[in-house]
Amino acid sequence: MLLIPCPWCGDRAESEFRCAGPVRYRRSDMLELNDQSWIEYLCSTDSQRGLVIEHWHHEKGCGEWFRLGRDTVTNTISPVD
Amino acid sequence: MAFSNRRLEQGGLIDRSKPISFEFNGKRYLGFDGDTLGSALAANGVDIISRSFKYHRPRGFQHLGSADVSSMVQIVGHKDRPNVLASATALTQSMTARSVNCWPSVRFDAGCALSVLSPIVPAGFYYKTFMWPHWHRYEPFIRKLAGFGKAPMNPSRSQFSSRFDHCDVLIVGSGATGLTAARIAARSRARVILVEENFRTGGGLLYSSASIDGMPAVDWADAMVEELESFSNVTVFKNSTAWAYHEGNMVCVIERNVGSDDEVIRNHRIWAKHVILATGAIERPIAFVNNDSPGVMLSSAVSALVRRFAVAPGKNAVLFVNNDQAYQAISPLRDANIAIAAIVDARQHVDESLHELAERCNTQIIEGSVVSKATRRLGRVSAAVVKKRRESGTAKKINCDLLVVSGGWNPAVHLFSQSRGTLRYYDQNACFVPDQPKLQTSVTGSLKGVFSLQESIKDAVAAAIEATKAAGYLSEIAHVPKVTNDLNHYRVDPLWSVDDGNRPSKSFIDLAGDVTVFDLQLACREGFRHTEHLKRYTTAGMGLDQGKTANMNAIGYIAQVTNAHPSHVGTTTYRPPYTPVEFAAISAGRSGRELLAYRHTPMTKWHMDRNAVMQEAGARWRRPACYPLDGESFEQSIRRECASVRHKAGIYDGSPLGKFEITGRDSIQLLNLIFTSRYDNLERKNGRYGIMLTDDGMIFDDGVVFRLDSMRFVMTCSTGGAVKVEQYLEKFIHADQPDLSVFITPVTSQWANATVCGPKARQMLQAAQSNIDFSPESFRFMQMREGVIADMPVRVFRVSFTGELSYEINVPSRYGATLWEYLMAIGDQFDICPIGSEANHVLRVEKGFLSLAHEVDGTLDVFDLGMDWIVDMEKPDFIGKRAMQLRRNANPIRSELIGLLPLDIGQMIEEGAPLTKDESSSQSEGFVSACVWSDVCSSTIALGLLEHGKSRIGQTVIARVNEQCIPAVVTKPVFYDPKGKKLRQ
Repeated sequence: MLLIPCPWCGDRAESEFRCAGPVRYRRSDMLELNDQSWIEYLCSTDSQRGLVIEHWHHEKGCGEWFRLGRDTVTNTISPVD
Repeated sequence: MAFSNRRLEQGGLIDRSKPISFEFNGKRYLGFDGDTLGSALAANGVDIISRSFKYHRPRGFQHLGSADVSSMVQIVGHKDRPNVLASATALTQSMTARSVNCWPSVRFDAGCALSVLSPIVPAGFYYKTFMWPHWHRYEPFIRKLAGFGKAPMNPSRSQFSSRFDHCDVLIVGSGATGLTAARIAARSRARVILVEENFRTGGGLLYSSASIDGMPAVDWADAMVEELESFSNVTVFKNSTAWAYHEGNMVCVIERNVGSDDEVIRNHRIWAKHVILATGAIERPIAFVNNDSPGVMLSSAVSALVRRFAVAPGKNAVLFVNNDQAYQAISPLRDANIAIAAIVDARQHVDESLHELAERCNTQIIEGSVVSKATRRLGRVSAAVVKKRRESGTAKKINCDLLVVSGGWNPAVHLFSQSRGTLRYYDQNACFVPDQPKLQTSVTGSLKGVFSLQESIKDAVAAAIEATKAAGYLSEIAHVPKVTNDLNHYRVDPLWSVDDGNRPSKSFIDLAGDVTVFDLQLACREGFRHTEHLKRYTTAGMGLDQGKTANMNAIGYIAQVTNAHPSHVGTTTYRPPYTPVEFAAISAGRSGRELLAYRHTPMTKWHMDRNAVMQEAGARWRRPACYPLDGESFEQSIRRECASVRHKAGIYDGSPLGKFEITGRDSIQLLNLIFTSRYDNLERKNGRYGIMLTDDGMIFDDGVVFRLDSMRFVMTCSTGGAVKVEQYLEKFIHADQPDLSVFITPVTSQWANATVCGPKARQMLQAAQSNIDFSPESFRFMQMREGVIADMPVRVFRVSFTGELSYEINVPSRYGATLWEYLMAIGDQFDICPIGSEANHVLRVEKGFLSLAHEVDGTLDVFDLGMDWIVDMEKPDFIGKRAMQLRRNANPIRSELIGLLPLDIGQMIEEGAPLTKDESSSQSEGFVSACVWSDVCSSTIALGLLEHGKSRIGQTVIARVNEQCIPAVVTKPVFYDPKGKKLRQ
């Protein structure tokens, strides 16, 4: 189990968090996509190897939302922002 | 009481002043504090502890601790526990144990008749034989024969708990290396945890002949532990097994507090900045005929029996070895006055110093020879048959009652490998050793393949300095403890099996699963070459010890047979747990009702007192399904409840409905995005029904939004959807559209809800003490009012799920029960009747109202449900709009919501039944989503989804239930009050 650095609470057990997936488009950017890119966005998820920036939610803790860098191969965590 | 006939007069790490009485297979025995169950049995002369897994052969004490699979017993009594290894279990007062896998007794077992059949039950026998007509026909019978212990029938009396720990340096193993490393880390002021599997610290030092810093090894170990325990920054866990090593540098440790009646089994999840693995090595056997006989023991087990437990396991020994370390057993054998008949060494040339040692002990080394067979008498080894290793020649029989075997040492790489560290084959010492770590791990000592005590300790010093530095601490210049009186070299000539495996014989590679050399040979001949395949086909390494002793021999033997290098054969995957772990310790207080507790509304007690039938209603809420009166069936009860709503008044506990408060200046913008309809023009105190879609244009959930104030809204959603809707909205406002200034507060449990519905609902509420004007002109459909009822603050929403005039009365939860009882009291004169979710379901089907759990399966959009009116395509954007448009433009075949009336009016149709065009067609064109008997329609009615359903109204379709064909007419999905006059009145 990983230790996830919550910007508010510090290092906490992964089981307190929900990973809400990689950071992709903001809604305003989605409107700019053409139909083909939009369908790709909906239907395929990159399963990227290496560093991925993800949304994490301290769901069973303080409720904070933050972004986190995680290497999908080594699980090395690097804070963002 | 049996006589302790093998206990030595003195010595050992047992406390003779504390005798312990215990029972095994119905007989009482005596052991001492410091014994394991296994050593106490050995001391009492009990040779046969268990019967083997497949052939029911007698087995006894053979190995050390958690590798001694032959010592498997069942602990009975109030601490009932199966598959306990006697050699790894501390003896406690009044312990009661018995053998498993034998009948009628362990000395005479009827199952050993199977042994005679063994030539015809080789590897893969079950796969080949019991396949026709089906394996499951044979399984119960075979499971009974092949066996482990029995799972206890009663809940465990032990207490289980679970906790998180953190430290700077975690050290696994308290042998010489672990202790050396721990002291260095402790002195650097780092937070240190030292974990030892055994109930006594010291590891291999407990039976070593060496001296460290001028002290006997055991005394040195005790002094080290005493010093460690004096540090406030050090925790020592004894009788605690590190059983898993996971990502994040987290090690799971199961701590067993033994000896007391209130046994506590605690699972620790320990995060360490750095982990030092000092897990040592496990001695390996050599396969020869009858190598499983009681009286055949590994050299380390013999040393431990004599030195640690003061037990002489025999009188006359033969040693069969292939390495130098095994000669360490000579000194304890001498101490216990056990004669050494011969030392059979498989190596062609043995070091001169060892010959001298043998001579001093009045024995001789037979070089280049092997033991090909152990002969047995009265269930115990009686002689060793010795022959030349490489050339043929006559065999010689040497009498003995103890056959001490050593095939070399295997580093305990399990935890290292679990952490995804890679292994490499170390040719010089013929074993796999850790190569590249993946986590923050150091390895040291014999785990690294260093088998000299002095070298190990030196290595531990270096590893500890490196680890403490990595954890952010500075260690002082360390003293390297000096080892004397030790064999300082390790040379090994790999020998996995004496038996060539060409003919069936009882030469066991894996005692746990009764896998013989012949089985492996056969599997190789049949084309199973990969270790993972061989493991599964033969079950080698799949037993209770998970291959602690067997794996390396199996790999080595396969390499030999296939002419490959062991590194090419490779190891199988090491997985947690290292030793068996109780599920209860992992879940610890998070099982059964405690894991997912039911949620109760403030009115639950009232419902239960009225004998309501309680059902789970999504999101772990329990709510009444119906309230049967005395002598009433469920069906009668549901019909009565429906009738009272349609003709008088009903009251329904709607508390579990998902509720949210939405505030902030961008609330409207949010609502316009998440719902298909518009909310900017919603007036204060008014509400609007809405449907939420996901980005792919499919229905996600539905709900009603009421405007409390200009920037304050109350939103409801389905009961079962409350959690996912909250998660979804949270993600939306934080990740997808973070510039919105909105707060979403879930208030489901903060508000209780009593829904009054039926033609008399208004009259009834007008009779209540309230400052709310309930007249139809003032309080219209889809409006809300805030006020008081009987001095309780309420929010009343005029919405309807039943098709009747209906008021949802919300109060803060603490008033829920009071409000309910008040409403029941004033409703009395209007014949009010509590209704459950079953009646509610009938009523909503009559109206064709959507129930997400029934009609919506993630493949439908709003048009499919005939709800075009709820979509505002003029809005620039809402979630799901674009995908829905794209899909609609492609003009696919869509399923649409329809009603169904069976031609036979009383015929029920199972929910989920497929719909076809006619009786001969097998193409499914839809399905039935709900079916109920309706009194207002005097017929069975159903809802369903049908391809092009809207254009097929009036046609007949066939519902298929098994072989049955049920014709039904397609109708609009509304059977009662199609214009909705009643709910608006």
